Amino acid sequence: MYTARANRLTPYMFMAPAAVIMAIALLYPLGYMVWGSFRDWNPSQTIGEAEFVGLKNYITLFYDPAFRESLGVTLTFASVVVVAEMVIGVGLALLLDRNIRGMSVLRTLFILPMMIAPVVVGLMWRYMYHPTVGTFNRTLESLGLPKVDWLGDHALMSVIIADIWQWTPFIFILALAALQSLPRSALEAARIDGATAWQQIVHIKIPLMMPVLIVTALLRLIDAFKVLEVILVMTEGGPGLSTEILALRISRTATEFRELGVAAAMSNYLLMLLLILTVGMFAVTKLQEARAARLARQVQEDT
Amino acid sequence: MQYDRQNPAFYALLVALIFMAVGPIVLMFANSFKLDVDIISGSSGLLFLPTIQNYETALCDILWYEPDHLDFCALKFGGAFINSLIIALVSTVLTLVIGCMAAYALVRFRFMGRDTASLTTLLVRMVPPAVLLVPVFGLWNNEFCLDKDGLIGGYIRDTFGGRGDVCLAGTHSGIILIYVAMNLPFVIWILQSFIVQVPRSLEEAAKVDGAGPFQVFFQIVLPLIKPGLAAAAIFTFRIAWNEYLLASALSDRNTKTVPILIVNNTSEFNVEWGVIMATGMLLAIPPIIFTLFASRQIITGMTAGAVKG
Repeated sequence: MYTARANRLTPYMFMAPAAVIMAIALLYPLGYMVWGSFRDWNPSQTIGEAEFVGLKNYITLFYDPAFRESLGVTLTFASVVVVAEMVIGVGLALLLDRNIRGMSVLRTLFILPMMIAPVVVGLMWRYMYHPTVGTFNRTLESLGLPKVDWLGDHALMSVIIADIWQWTPFIFILALAALQSLPRSALEAARIDGATAWQQIVHIKIPLMMPVLIVTALLRLIDAFKVLEVILVMTEGGPGLSTEILALRISRTATEFRELGVAAAMSNYLLMLLLILTVGMFAVTKLQEARAARLARQVQEDT
Repeated sequence: MQYDRQNPAFYALLVALIFMAVGPIVLMFANSFKLDVDIISGSSGLLFLPTIQNYETALCDILWYEPDHLDFCALKFGGAFINSLIIALVSTVLTLVIGCMAAYALVRFRFMGRDTASLTTLLVRMVPPAVLLVPVFGLWNNEFCLDKDGLIGGYIRDTFGGRGDVCLAGTHSGIILIYVAMNLPFVIWILQSFIVQVPRSLEEAAKVDGAGPFQVFFQIVLPLIKPGLAAAAIFTFRIAWNEYLLASALSDRNTKTVPILIVNNTSEFNVEWGVIMATGMLLAIPPIIFTLFASRQIITGMTAGAVKG
């Protein structure tokens, strides 16, 4: 009797610390944010003193050109980055999926960029993009080419390049892992049937990798909305608003403009956007599991 | 194992890729040993006299001797390093212990609320730090406080000084709490895929021999998922060590971490490249060391986290 009850309580005892911490420091703050987003709230007030203004913050933001531009920059940044990284990363994985010496060394070197602090990555690129002392402009100069104003006129592009440098390896490693776990028999069969390398890639490898690739792309997309430090160090959102992604705008609204209510409403918009993406990812995973289960059942019935 | 022979162009491509991946890091490493004069005048290349002056300037407040070239120690990076270390290590250990137990419960037991728990874990994983900035700032400063007239609050205030109520903001524990919470969903997610692979028969054998649930967990399961723990530890440490935004909102003068100091010192118009790069390098070294020694675990963790999901 005693042990039976203890056994029933065991999972809750294992879950309790995590549940308590996540409730206090994640779920409660998120609720607090939604509550605060309906208020005209500045940092010197407690939330109880702030005036309730209903949906005003959301409506102001909706018609605020700066917010719209920032949203546009965020979406451009995220989509360009994900597409470019997927193409380069998967391309490299297909190209480097060979039996060569030193592959593990190569992979180790490739994951270095994403392990380093984003602040430091921003610092490196800010130095390399520097108009006079930076590496890129010096190289251009010594080749006799005109200088490029990297962090001025082409700031968004420069920021995107830095992110591609940092995160393409992530896609590459996941794509390579997916490639190496493909069923050998399918590739073997294609080779015997005389498929060219290109045909193998387009008709066999890519379709078989698709499930992993979709999840990878969505993971990367969600992460692309979290990028902040790299851009903060490189451009601080400027020039103008050209690289001010939403995360950066939220932090500026809260600290510089001291409008916590508006910042909370903005956070909420961002959260809703991400929620849609996450639910999409969840649906895709579930769909795949269902399909895999169906296939497995079919195979069993056939044999 | 036999290796295939490849075309020379293929090796050229490999070299180019390695150069692109590691180039910027090597460049920064080289620059951190140059004087500002050398960086700006453009004596590029590897021909320069290396100096550790930048590192001395960065760490001047914890050096046991006074560097000759400094009259005054303006940058207090040394203290920030100690703060960063405390925060990153404590939050990594806490996250691992708590996350591991939760992951075990989610995988091995059927209980009421299990699906809710696992769905919540999945959903909060996508929350960006920027979204947490506003509520965490408000809560940590105003709500998560101990009243100065209360028993514990009064004791803390008498011991450590200060006016007003004792709040979480500005303390190491405040930053650690949010880091643990932020990392938990990810750690639970990764460890689940490792715990699933532990054969159930092992646990049942231990139970038959009379081990309780906690004994089974600590003595049978934990040793078997060491690679998963290593991966999770590295990812958690990396986030806690590298994070800037929330730390900058929550820390005060004495609890600043290194990323905050780096950002504060780059936003000014005139950047001291040498010193800032030396600091950046010091911040980058722990993750680089982990990567070089545990890349296999990192890659396993990364693929488990994404592919299994």
